[in-house]
Amino acid sequence: MKLIKKLWLLVLLSMAPVMVSASTGVHLDKAPASLSDKASLQRGAQFFVANCLACHSAAYLRYNRLMDIGMSEEEIRKLLPEGSKLGSTMQAMMDSESAKMAFGAAPPDLSVIARSRGTDYLYTYLRSFYVDPTRPSGVNNVIFPLAAMPNILGPLQGDQELVVEKHEGGHEVQTLKLTTPGTMSTKEFDATVGDLVNFLDFMGEPAKLVRYTYGYIVIGFLFLLLLLTYALKKEFWKDVH
Amino acid sequence: MKLLKNMLGWVDERFPVIETWEYHLSKYYAPKNFNFWYFFGSLALLVLVIQIVSGIFLTMSYKPDALLAFASVEYIMRDVQSGWLIRYIHSTGASMFFVVVYLHMFRGMIYGSYRKPRELLWIIGVVIYLALMAEAFLGYLLPWGQMSFWGAQVIVNLFSSVPFVGNELSVLIRGDFVISDATLNRFFALHVIAVPLALAGLVFVHLVALHHVGSNNPDGIEIKKNKDANGIPLDGIPFFPYMVVKDIVAVVLFFIVFCAIVFFAPDMGGYFIEANNFVPANPMQTPAHIAPVWYFTPYYAILRAVPPMFGSQFPGVIAMGISAIAVVFLPWLDRGKVKSIRYRGPIYKAFLASFVISFIGLGYLGVMPVTPTYTLISQVLSVVYFAFFILMPWYTKIDKCKPEPDRVTFK
Amino acid sequence: MTDNVDRSKRRLLLAATSAAGGVAAAGMATPFVMSFMPSERAKAAGAPVEVDISAIEPGTMKVVEWQGKPVWVVRRTPEMLDLLAKHDGELTDPTGAIPQQPDYCNNVNRSIKPEIFVVVGICTHLGCSPSYRPELAPADLGANWGGGWFCPCHGSRFDMSARVYQGSPAPTNMIVPPHQYLSETVLLIGDDTKKGAA
Repeated sequence: MKLIKKLWLLVLLSMAPVMVSASTGVHLDKAPASLSDKASLQRGAQFFVANCLACHSAAYLRYNRLMDIGMSEEEIRKLLPEGSKLGSTMQAMMDSESAKMAFGAAPPDLSVIARSRGTDYLYTYLRSFYVDPTRPSGVNNVIFPLAAMPNILGPLQGDQELVVEKHEGGHEVQTLKLTTPGTMSTKEFDATVGDLVNFLDFMGEPAKLVRYTYGYIVIGFLFLLLLLTYALKKEFWKDVH
Repeated sequence: MKLLKNMLGWVDERFPVIETWEYHLSKYYAPKNFNFWYFFGSLALLVLVIQIVSGIFLTMSYKPDALLAFASVEYIMRDVQSGWLIRYIHSTGASMFFVVVYLHMFRGMIYGSYRKPRELLWIIGVVIYLALMAEAFLGYLLPWGQMSFWGAQVIVNLFSSVPFVGNELSVLIRGDFVISDATLNRFFALHVIAVPLALAGLVFVHLVALHHVGSNNPDGIEIKKNKDANGIPLDGIPFFPYMVVKDIVAVVLFFIVFCAIVFFAPDMGGYFIEANNFVPANPMQTPAHIAPVWYFTPYYAILRAVPPMFGSQFPGVIAMGISAIAVVFLPWLDRGKVKSIRYRGPIYKAFLASFVISFIGLGYLGVMPVTPTYTLISQVLSVVYFAFFILMPWYTKIDKCKPEPDRVTFK
Repeated sequence: MTDNVDRSKRRLLLAATSAAGGVAAAGMATPFVMSFMPSERAKAAGAPVEVDISAIEPGTMKVVEWQGKPVWVVRRTPEMLDLLAKHDGELTDPTGAIPQQPDYCNNVNRSIKPEIFVVVGICTHLGCSPSYRPELAPADLGANWGGGWFCPCHGSRFDMSARVYQGSPAPTNMIVPPHQYLSETVLLIGDDTKKGAA
């Protein structure tokens, strides 16, 4: 009776997150990101410093943490802006006041953006801009309507157009169609954004690179300890009748 | 060895070392039929220690300042050596505290551990639980993310529904007209000093009370009724070493689960650490969806289930408050002839099952957005929740109990 | 309780579990002890520092911060250098026998270039920062004073190579940090490996 009740409770508890995430409406593409792919992380880092840091900061990440993803001191030095040191944090090129003037909203710091938004959201968001002349930036975004951010990746991706198909019962399906190709093919562009999002994931939590490894060691040792303590308990409880 | 013995003798003449050791461990006789439910008391003490130690170390790098708090948490996560691990231990510990305490309380319910002569022990336990909720709520503001800020905003505003003095009361709690630096500072002080101090004291008193009346057991019968010639309970075994070696196994098992969460899923899908809390607190913008941390959601669902009456949210607040402390009345609501669920009749078991369902169901609904269907289900479950308590004197009395054995069931 | 208990097995199990438990306890303590080490921020602040020495006038010094400590860069005059070799008898450690300087500075000037002297401006007694007293024979320091540093806390005296005079409470000469020349006029303090500046 009580065992069944306990199992039931566990099942319910474990299902709760699934049910919650299933209830959010917008479809997100799965980010092709893997923190074990160091080459992808490094490409993402290069791309991030070259493009995103123009307006955004990553004020909790120090340049020398790029060593964690396998970059050498020499490679990192090439990324350093004037006046920064290896141990400096990543500051935006543009100060936040002038950015606010230019875009209407201060570009957020990106250090933990992957933790607040999730990699799938970022991967989808960066690929979901479409031409919308009514917007001051000339673009709009499917999953973040009225985003203040201009589509700075537009030249790479090309221009997209929003196609809305009306289905029966007023159900709408939004799809994006490439109208003008960019300098990258869709495949190349998706891979580039994938690398970038992968790097954002690392940036959100640099400890993620090591914590799984520690986890296996710690839990492995705990199982050994479990065997010993269980044998000890058995041995002592021989006294109890 | 001889020197050690002399030193012990010297101390023992001045402080009751041996007496304390014997009273609480080597000659404290615990029923030998303890099952796994009896692990959670020791585990709760373990989590308290984990939280205090990790908390002390976090305090060394955390800045209780509205301008610095968020950044200082990220400083801990990145710049402090192993800081991320200490922070995850603390955040996981907070949730695991409630897991362990809920199971510990449920154990007390199914085996009637609140019944005479353990009423006071039970009341102290409920006070510990309330202090723990306060501690968790206060600590949740400290990361100064959006969930911290708006969670505190909502909870503190509950006090503003108190008739006549509500607004003044909520301003008094915040020290400002909104959640602000002043609030953060006082919550920090209460979280790191006041409440932990109270918790430590309460836990001590809880243990003193327990060792005075003796432990209950899954059969719900008193082992002190059957003693041998030396006055030792026949079904009791010394806590040290037998229960200690047994509890150590549980501790290792607990650490396996704990470390699995810390190292592999510290966010627990957003239930232990919420995604929105990685956005710095912004008094100008409420996140689209806010819900309390999982351990508060059953009560939060009850709050939302009660419609405003006489233009006031106060009845809902009262209902929530009563639901959180309802268990304290159990010793006087239960009229059953037996203590343990093993010898209870079907009516009690049905009511208990419905209570568990309502608690978990409400907990689930508490994280969901408000819809008319959900509100209706919450209202039904709230009624079920309270019915368990209100109807208890009646259904425990008429229930057909099985006869209790004379001695505990073992092997 | 029964008597036919296998005592040796019990003892062996106890020992094994205690040992493994000890390892576990040490493992648990590790992150907490580690958190006391300098953080990445502290390390970044303690990174090597570049100093432009072209503007330092002869006889004056420039104070730079490295690892949160004052580092003095002094351009000594030929007269100051001349005096250095003349009072070995009054010094506690005139030859740098105690390694308070990198090997490449273990000479009478305690420096790479004779005139440019780099030293951590912390008294080796109890950590105060001594005052720069380059003048010769001032009233308060006596007729024999040949320029150097005087610690206001407990009166330790150092010469123009920051070597301590006998009779001072400070036990050793002041510390010369690792440093190197990146160019004729640029000095890097805190790093003497050939990697270049941060």
